[in-house]
Amino acid sequence: MSRKLRQQLGFTLLSLSTIVVVLPILLLVGYILVQGAPAISWEFVTGLPRDGMRAGGVWPAVVGTLLLTLGTAIFAVPVGVAVAIYLAEYARDTFFTRLIRLAIINLAGVPSVVYGLFGLGLFVIFLRFGTSILAGSLTLAIMTLPVIISTSEEALRTVPQSFRIVSLSLGTTQWQTIRRVILPQALPGVLTGIILGLERAAGETAPILFTVAAFFLPRLPSSIFDQTMALPYHLFVISTQVPGMPVRIQYGTALVLLTFVLSMNVLAAVTRSRFRRKRQW
Amino acid sequence: MNRRSWTVLAEYLVERLIRATGILVMLFLALIFLFLLREGGATFFEVPLGDLFRTRWYPNEQYFGILPLVLGSLVVTLGAAAIGVPLGLLAAVFIAEVAPRWMREVLKPFIEVLAGIPSVVLGFMGMLVVSPLIRQWLGAPTGLTALAGSLMLGYMALPTIISVAEDALDAVPKSYRDAALALGATHWQTIWRVTVPAARSGILTAMMLGVGRAIGETMAVMMVTGNAARMPLTLRSFLMPVRTMTATIAAEMGEVAQGSTHYHVLFAIGLALFLVTFLVNLIAAWSIFRQGKRYGRLLS
Repeated sequence: MSRKLRQQLGFTLLSLSTIVVVLPILLLVGYILVQGAPAISWEFVTGLPRDGMRAGGVWPAVVGTLLLTLGTAIFAVPVGVAVAIYLAEYARDTFFTRLIRLAIINLAGVPSVVYGLFGLGLFVIFLRFGTSILAGSLTLAIMTLPVIISTSEEALRTVPQSFRIVSLSLGTTQWQTIRRVILPQALPGVLTGIILGLERAAGETAPILFTVAAFFLPRLPSSIFDQTMALPYHLFVISTQVPGMPVRIQYGTALVLLTFVLSMNVLAAVTRSRFRRKRQW
Repeated sequence: MNRRSWTVLAEYLVERLIRATGILVMLFLALIFLFLLREGGATFFEVPLGDLFRTRWYPNEQYFGILPLVLGSLVVTLGAAAIGVPLGLLAAVFIAEVAPRWMREVLKPFIEVLAGIPSVVLGFMGMLVVSPLIRQWLGAPTGLTALAGSLMLGYMALPTIISVAEDALDAVPKSYRDAALALGATHWQTIWRVTVPAARSGILTAMMLGVGRAIGETMAVMMVTGNAARMPLTLRSFLMPVRTMTATIAAEMGEVAQGSTHYHVLFAIGLALFLVTFLVNLIAAWSIFRQGKRYGRLLS
């Protein structure tokens, strides 16, 4: 009986821990939703900030984050998917491949602010891009690579071996097999990985601090060598650097950022579940 | 050129290109190290090593003692580990071993949502909600304390700890559990005497990766820890403001003159952070390879 009782107590402890993990997150998202919703309006999302950011909207920051996400995608997606194809389709388990995997795990572990320093050193100063959308996108792209590579590789590996054998036996080359058979089959999984990677990039602040972010720039960027505002940095600025900031605008900005990021999360989840339902193998 | 030789050439080029991208990843890692060294290396000529390991960080008057920053990072990370590791492991055991199937299907995407919340949003909520609570409940003079930082970091480490540990538990063969249950062990005994010990190396990896992420976190920590560069030496330090290495870089890099000593020291701190996390990840990677596992869930 005491064994049963101990099990009961143990399971209660486990469920309580899970509740302690889950509940604060729900409360946090809910709280931001409730506090931020009154601030949200068409003018808030598409208006320029006024009065030292204490009034007006967040449009330049929204555009900046969109541009940075797009720039990150342009650089990170081709490289990330190519590395994933290499690891899943070409590489054997050699010392060299292990070094590459080691590099990927370590890239994933580099602190985000260190990526910022690196971007400052390489792109802003050494390559003379200045604090610009280009420098910021490249920095974010390198930071995003590990997520895109690892999830894409997993997706490629789930395609059954028989697909490759059948295709090759019909006389195709390896690249034709990859491009016409393996990639289309793995596409939803690869897309999920890309979206999750870009989601991280969109929400990051530290890597863009010294590479692109503008404190206050109430106009839209006109070239890739311009600075830009960005939602995460904007939220940081208005919650720590601007005295007398109305709380309503802070919560509104947090809500816009959270919506932007979490909708990408939902998109990834939908892509994955639709893929699972449609897949015939 | 006829069609066939074109195919052969294209095949050759594409394969070369794809193989080259593999090297690119290693190149990026090397570049990060090189550029930190390039901008930060001058520190070791400009500031005597003895002066770096002092207890006063006040760059305006050329005091570059990084000990308070290192200890600040250490204290906040230790606190984060004390919160995140037990909570993460218990939750992972619950999700992998106890929760019914439908609940797993709900909880796993939910943990992914937590991973997706930007650190600046967590920091914002930490400032507005968590730190006032710490001030009220624990009587700290200000709520912006090491404890607030540890709480934020503990929660931010949770997705990594939970998903890696849960994968390790999942990988334990079902026959182990069946054997234990057949011998008359309860479900609870099976979990702690069989399943968790069998998954221990994966669980250890989970803890290391989680703590490794915590060391490098920047924005949330900078917003909630109060950023006072003082030596945290007693247990009460958890209720005092501290300043971490990451926060120092983020807060001061924007204001220093490029090429000044202060600038070089900030890069040197970045180099130190890079080396520490490199070491942690190297050990974690080594244990992953030893288990012959792929690394998919580790990074997402």
